[in-house]
Amino acid sequence: MDAELKELYQQVILDHNKNPRNFRKIENANHFAEGYNPLCGDRLNIYVELEDGRIKDISFQGSGCAISKASASLMSSIVKGLPVEEAEKLFEKFHAVITGKITDEENIEELGKLAVFAGVKEFPSRVKCASLAWHTMVAAFKQEDKSVSTE
Amino acid sequence: MATEIINNNKRKSTGFDVNKIRADFPILKEIIHGKPLCYLDNAATTQKPQSVIDTIVKYYTSQNANIHRGVHYLSELATKEFEDARTKVKDFINASSEKEIIFTRGTTESINLVANVFNKAILKDEDEIIISAMEHHSNIVPWQLIQDQKKIKLRIIPIGDNGEIIFDEFIKLINEKTKLISIVYVSNSLGTINPVERIIEEAHRHNIPVLLDAAQAIQHIKIDVQKLDCDFLAFSGHKIYGPTGIGVLYGKEKLLDSLPPFLGGGDMISKVTFEKTTYNELPYKFEAGTSNIADTIGLGTAIDYVSQIGLENISLHENEILDYATESLLQIPELRIIGQAKHKSSVISFVFDNIHPHDAGTFLDFEGIAIRTGHHCTQPVMDRFNIPATSRASFAMYNTKEEVDVLVKGIKKLIEVFN
Ligand SMILES: Cc1ncc(COP(=O)(O)O)c(C=O)c1O
Repeated sequence: MDAELKELYQQVILDHNKNPRNFRKIENANHFAEGYNPLCGDRLNIYVELEDGRIKDISFQGSGCAISKASASLMSSIVKGLPVEEAEKLFEKFHAVITGKITDEENIEELGKLAVFAGVKEFPSRVKCASLAWHTMVAAFKQEDKSVSTE
Repeated sequence: MATEIINNNKRKSTGFDVNKIRADFPILKEIIHGKPLCYLDNAATTQKPQSVIDTIVKYYTSQNANIHRGVHYLSELATKEFEDARTKVKDFINASSEKEIIFTRGTTESINLVANVFNKAILKDEDEIIISAMEHHSNIVPWQLIQDQKKIKLRIIPIGDNGEIIFDEFIKLINEKTKLISIVYVSNSLGTINPVERIIEEAHRHNIPVLLDAAQAIQHIKIDVQKLDCDFLAFSGHKIYGPTGIGVLYGKEKLLDSLPPFLGGGDMISKVTFEKTTYNELPYKFEAGTSNIADTIGLGTAIDYVSQIGLENISLHENEILDYATESLLQIPELRIIGQAKHKSSVISFVFDNIHPHDAGTFLDFEGIAIRTGHHCTQPVMDRFNIPATSRASFAMYNTKEEVDVLVKGIKKLIEVFN
């Protein structure tokens, strides 16, 4: 594979695409949002179980390209257990990296496993794919707490 | 049988030589990501031969002036070049007069023009327009825009699993409220060639006019509007080796005459006072403002180029490539072709079980292969086949079997990496 292409489709991304983690529905999720990227037709459902401002469990379902699927898979593994604010901060940083606003190694390294998406910045049309899961998660946070609203 | 022999002879005598044709298109020598360009996105837009490029350069270098209004030399020269292009279009589709050839920005504007003037002059609440389930968004949305003002209904001809319209269902949709049938001649996402002759015949038995979206037909199929007897025909210059920003609306003179203008402004009037304005004659009534002069003349050159090679020769070659590509792609078990109509143009949409079209598109790009991925502005078709998107390879007169081999090799590599 070409070097630039390899940067985009790192082995970790290909693995998560093939074997996505947390690819399921959480039956007792109290937050949910549907993400849609009309350009590619990607659809992602994000299920979140929040408890005391923390992400107790998070999962996703849907169809999309390797980048969006791997992004959802990695995101869900990493934010599980984090307080909501920290997950949102992480998204800010992640977004800055994939849009090329942060390029220094140190900052990128702080993203941990998510650093594999740094190659996306060379593919502007794929930024939306990488960020769809995150946008959808943040939208889910903002949704009414379902366990409350159904009472 | 007889026509086959004639075609073959013709082909030999005109000597269709794909390498010679390729040499006319400078962009085909480009290197993309270190690989020779393999351009298979011709349904989106075609590349331009040197003669078209030269025409535009020449126009701006030595002929530029505004048309129809000046008495000076350059204005008369530019007007003549511009009107010559109209005659070339007229001859190319065998319209009966230049009055029937209206220049627009493209297929989209042509359809919007018809929708607009139909809305103004003809459509009333409860009227119906028939389109098909395989329309490009440009033949859906203009009609929906009217629905914001009037209670008109869009009736949709369904399509079967093979990607053909269901003709019996079409017949059932026709009634006394039907005011227009607006249908795509060749589908840009499925490649289906619709039975437009039968559709027009059926429509005319009920005195209903027919608009053909010929955006994907004009570059592949010889069109004779008088023989076809369509009432309107829309196409874009950039899909027939011409420039972007120029298109055509053909309309029968009588029909165009009876319809009100679309846009108002210069060129479309004959006399303006603050009390009353009279409109110019056809086709100028529908061409308000300064036209896209350079690209219109460029379209004329593109038509010259296509005519010189011959649409029959072009479609023979393209069909050969289509058959070869279809056969080759069917050998790949992980790949499924969407759209398997009996009559197809050189468009192949395909999907993989486990690989998203966007990954395929990006991956193949690095092999120098340009294909289109997405919904191709036909979201209802994607919904019909229950897929989010497809990858699409579409062929033009300059494509070769070797390029099909490059595509197939690229796809095999793609499957290796992603599966
Ligand atoms: C079938 C069909 N109709 C209409 C259009 C719109 O053409 P344009 O964008 O040139 O107006 C296209 C182009 O993609 C097409 O393929």
